[in-house]
Amino acid sequence: MIYENSTTILSVQGLHASINGTEILKGMDLTVKSGEIHAIMGLNGSGKSTFAKVLAGHSAYEVTAGSVQFEGKNLLELPPEERARAGVFLAFQYPIEIPGVANTQFLRLAYNTVQTQRGREELDPLEFDDFVREKMKLLDMKPDFLDRSVNEGFSGGEKKRNEILQMALLEPKLSILDETDSGLDIDALKIVANGVNQLTNKNNATILVTHYQRLLDYIVPDYVHVMQAGRIVMTGGKELALELETRGYDWISTNKHSIAGEVA
Amino acid sequence: MSAVLQSLVNQPYKHGFVTEIESDIAPKGLNEDTIRLISAKKNEPEWLLSFRLKAYQKWLTMTEPDWQNVQYPKIDFQAISYYSAPKPKKKLASMDEVDPELLRTFEKLGVPMHERAALAGVAVDVIFDSVSVATTYKQKLAEVGIIFCSISEAVHNHPELIQKYLGSVVPVGDNYFAALNSAVFTDGSFCFIPKGVKCPMDLSTYFRINTESSGQFERTLIVAEEGASVSYLEGCTAPKFDTNQLHAAVVELIALDDADIKYSTVQNWYAGDENGVGGIYNFVTKRGLAKGRNSRISWTQVETGSAITWKYPSCILRGDNSVGEFYSVAVTNNYQQADTGTKMIHLGKNTRSTIVSKGISAGHSNSSYRGLVRIAPTADGARNYSQCDSMLIGDQCGAHTFPYIQVRNNSAKVEHEASTSKIGEDQLFYFSQRGIDAEEAVSMIINGFCKDVFQQLPMEFAVEATKLLSFKLEGSVG
Repeated sequence: MIYENSTTILSVQGLHASINGTEILKGMDLTVKSGEIHAIMGLNGSGKSTFAKVLAGHSAYEVTAGSVQFEGKNLLELPPEERARAGVFLAFQYPIEIPGVANTQFLRLAYNTVQTQRGREELDPLEFDDFVREKMKLLDMKPDFLDRSVNEGFSGGEKKRNEILQMALLEPKLSILDETDSGLDIDALKIVANGVNQLTNKNNATILVTHYQRLLDYIVPDYVHVMQAGRIVMTGGKELALELETRGYDWISTNKHSIAGEVA
Repeated sequence: MSAVLQSLVNQPYKHGFVTEIESDIAPKGLNEDTIRLISAKKNEPEWLLSFRLKAYQKWLTMTEPDWQNVQYPKIDFQAISYYSAPKPKKKLASMDEVDPELLRTFEKLGVPMHERAALAGVAVDVIFDSVSVATTYKQKLAEVGIIFCSISEAVHNHPELIQKYLGSVVPVGDNYFAALNSAVFTDGSFCFIPKGVKCPMDLSTYFRINTESSGQFERTLIVAEEGASVSYLEGCTAPKFDTNQLHAAVVELIALDDADIKYSTVQNWYAGDENGVGGIYNFVTKRGLAKGRNSRISWTQVETGSAITWKYPSCILRGDNSVGEFYSVAVTNNYQQADTGTKMIHLGKNTRSTIVSKGISAGHSNSSYRGLVRIAPTADGARNYSQCDSMLIGDQCGAHTFPYIQVRNNSAKVEHEASTSKIGEDQLFYFSQRGIDAEEAVSMIINGFCKDVFQQLPMEFAVEATKLLSFKLEGSVG
């Protein structure tokens, strides 16, 4: 939602990044204010996922130019764990499996680490159990899920729900959802979207990275950006996603910037 | 490889320590005279001398094995001194006299208080207000008829048992290093649990602290009679340094009808420096004979030290319905090499065996699992389940699996599962994106990976082993 007295959470300017010497991001610009939901769309290879990983600080990518300010701080000089503790959250497209580590153990460690950073009390295992069970209701998750190994043998839907559960626990300022809709059937998609909707408020912001319009039926974005060859080539309101759905990405190439809506 | 990974891999070994021991050392070299000298020094009976000489004659005809997946310069067996009688060490009067560096190591590893004292050479009586832990345990054990003493003592006090069982599971000519051990072993532990007795506590060599150190050719013999059971702990998490590079121990376990022997090892010998210089060669023969019906032999090992580890704790399942188990975690870092695994020899009917092996390699190290499951024609209804998982940290290390399966009875069921995984940037990125730093992430991944083995360890040992692993791999990812 666009609010009048919003503050700038993220400001990306002229961002260039490469992996193994190949430049993927070629001048990204993006401003995200509190309360807003931004969708970044584009074909495979346009750089959407790279953008998400670069914001979170993946070590395989090298930033070669540009700046990223997060709540006024230079995000690029922070290691990934500090970005996370500062409130940047990435919901992974492919969450990793951690055999032998109970989900509850992992979630509690992450939760307590971030809590400590924010000067709040840690929760002991029993307190945490109550707390996490409450949050799990948001995503319609079964209790046995806590005792299972992190993401091991999880279905696609369970993995994505687990990501959103972590988002619920860590209460980030900026959530980046990388293709959270991929591999989800419609029921799972609704549950995940409903979870995200309950977590968004006027103090935080969300970036949805997605290939398809489908997700945006359930999480309605304030802005839709289209990426091509490493930068945003078109920006519009939520109706842009529908336009893309009917006309396809080819249509962008010939109409770059021509229908871009007015963006603050 | 990322800088973080690099830095974790290149952590030096900080906690080795040397104990200056004055000793009475035999001239270097091995011949019949050396063996006669050892036997005479130890005042051994004639039968034991001939056991040693027979082993020596056998050893002369054998050649050093070279099939294992490890490399090391040829050992000059004539350059080793085979007998060294340690003079009793001066006991320290209190913990205040112990090297603070040593205490910090114990602290870091979480070694229990009474063990710290023992390991540091403090007279236990002083620490615990005249209630000696060792004495208390000894009394308790004696009450139920359990014999737990050094092999040397047992040779004199219980010759009939030693004569009956020594070499009955690992014959003198079993393999090159076992033959060498049989010829020159200096000391070790003997444990005898009589019929129907459940040993009331875990037995550990800590409780034999007043006896001499066992030297480089250690010999252990454990016998559990009908219906008896025992859990035995070998080694400790505290790092051990030794000037003897070659260690060739032999461990024999015998379980009669309905008997149960659980043998747990935590091995943390000096592994050499970060360039692979120095370190112990640990060439061990461990074998259990599940001789009686419904008997069980269970090996659990956490191998973290030594430059080279070469050991295959095995089970011969002779009794019908007998059970063999092998749970192993082997960690190698820097230039360490480990070739370890097990042999499960199924002879009796309905015998069952389980193998769970977890190999973790970091740095430039190499870790191999080598295992044999043999189902003899007599072993109707035998079952085996094997699981061999390897984890790689960084991209300079190696993991190898050599499973041998020989099934000669078509009613048998044998399952083998294997996996290899890698702690890479993507895993660490996932943790760091949740605010968790690399050290903690690695510790969590490793402990999860080893969970199936750690839960087999006695409680206290399990806690120590968990810490030890984090400690060994500290700095190897990040």
